[in-house]
Amino acid sequence: MTRSHRDESPDRLHVITGGRSSGADGALDAVTLVVAESAPAPGMQSEHAAILRLCRSPTAVVEVAAHLGLPVTVVRILLTDLIDTGQVTARHPVSAPSRTHPFASPDVLEKVLVALHNL
Amino acid sequence: MHSTTSEPVPESVGLPQTAAHALKIAVVGGFGVGKTTLVRSVSEIRPLNTEETMTRAGGGVDDLSGVEDKHSTTVAFDFGRITLDPTSVLYLFGAPGQKRFWFLWDRLFSGALGAVVLVDTRRIEDSWYAIDRLEQQGTPFIVAHNDFGGEAYSLEDLREALDLDPAVPLVRCDARERASAKQVLIALAEHVRSLAASRTPAQESAT
Ligand SMILES: Nc1nc2c(ncn2[C@@H]2O[C@H](COP(=O)(O)OP(=O)(O)OP(=O)(O)O)[C@@H](O)[C@H]2O)c(=O)[nH]1
Ligand SMILES: [Mg+2]
Repeated sequence: MTRSHRDESPDRLHVITGGRSSGADGALDAVTLVVAESAPAPGMQSEHAAILRLCRSPTAVVEVAAHLGLPVTVVRILLTDLIDTGQVTARHPVSAPSRTHPFASPDVLEKVLVALHNL
Repeated sequence: MHSTTSEPVPESVGLPQTAAHALKIAVVGGFGVGKTTLVRSVSEIRPLNTEETMTRAGGGVDDLSGVEDKHSTTVAFDFGRITLDPTSVLYLFGAPGQKRFWFLWDRLFSGALGAVVLVDTRRIEDSWYAIDRLEQQGTPFIVAHNDFGGEAYSLEDLREALDLDPAVPLVRCDARERASAKQVLIALAEHVRSLAASRTPAQESAT
């Protein structure tokens, strides 16, 4: 199994996140689409700048993680920073299936089926 | 097989500016069963690889059996993507489905419209736990037998070996073939649609 940050020591990840662990990031789903609202500023933490460049077009949280070579957990924290300062906005998955409503809506399923048939 | 920060991100890889609704489908199964191959066959991007990590303090971890490091666990998964229309995009996650990984996937897969359990007849038992777990969660799923051309199994025998509910579709596929991988996803979407249609309001209030 490949590990994208095999050489990344826990210390380095600790520095990137400012020592915070996940907590206030509960709202960021793996497929929440994030979009940059501003350009990277000089002197900005390099990971923040990389996210702003990457997210010029909408990008899922997992894509940000893959492109930065960082675990999803760490990326959630970095994104939360940028969302808090308004540099990034989030487009959350709407009406996703849940325990109480386990099925996607008929409209969504129809859209998926049409697109799959056209693949 | 992994990307790094130094890798340039081509403009064409980005989603349309109008993209707003992301959906997900999980592809789970044992090691080497063809998860990445299936994702690659239908994805518009080369599958990307990343990791989910969780620490014991990270919350809600009550089953760490089989996990070597008690403090932090890291498991790789990969994913691909299909843009459905200017506003919607479908992500496909490929992840190992064995018991010791599920506490990581519960969050990753929550809100998934459905799941595909890939089965390899050389190691059927690798898929038992994933099937149990999806049943418990009430996540709609189908089972796809990725045929490696080993000992021939009829789908009936396989259904029995998996102790699979007759209502759960079981299909055969070749994950390397785009057309075959596409049929697997269509079978899943059709299954979810029929489940949703058969769940009348009366049944809903009865549960
Ligand atoms: N004969 C045959 N080979 C296949 C098929 N699907 C995948 N393979 C091969 O099986 C090997 C494993 O496939 P992967 O897609 O990497 O499997 P995986 O489930 O992602 O594996 P891990 O991520 O390591 O658990 C690769 O060499 C594939 O080319 C198939 O349908 N038939
Ligand atoms: Mg794989």
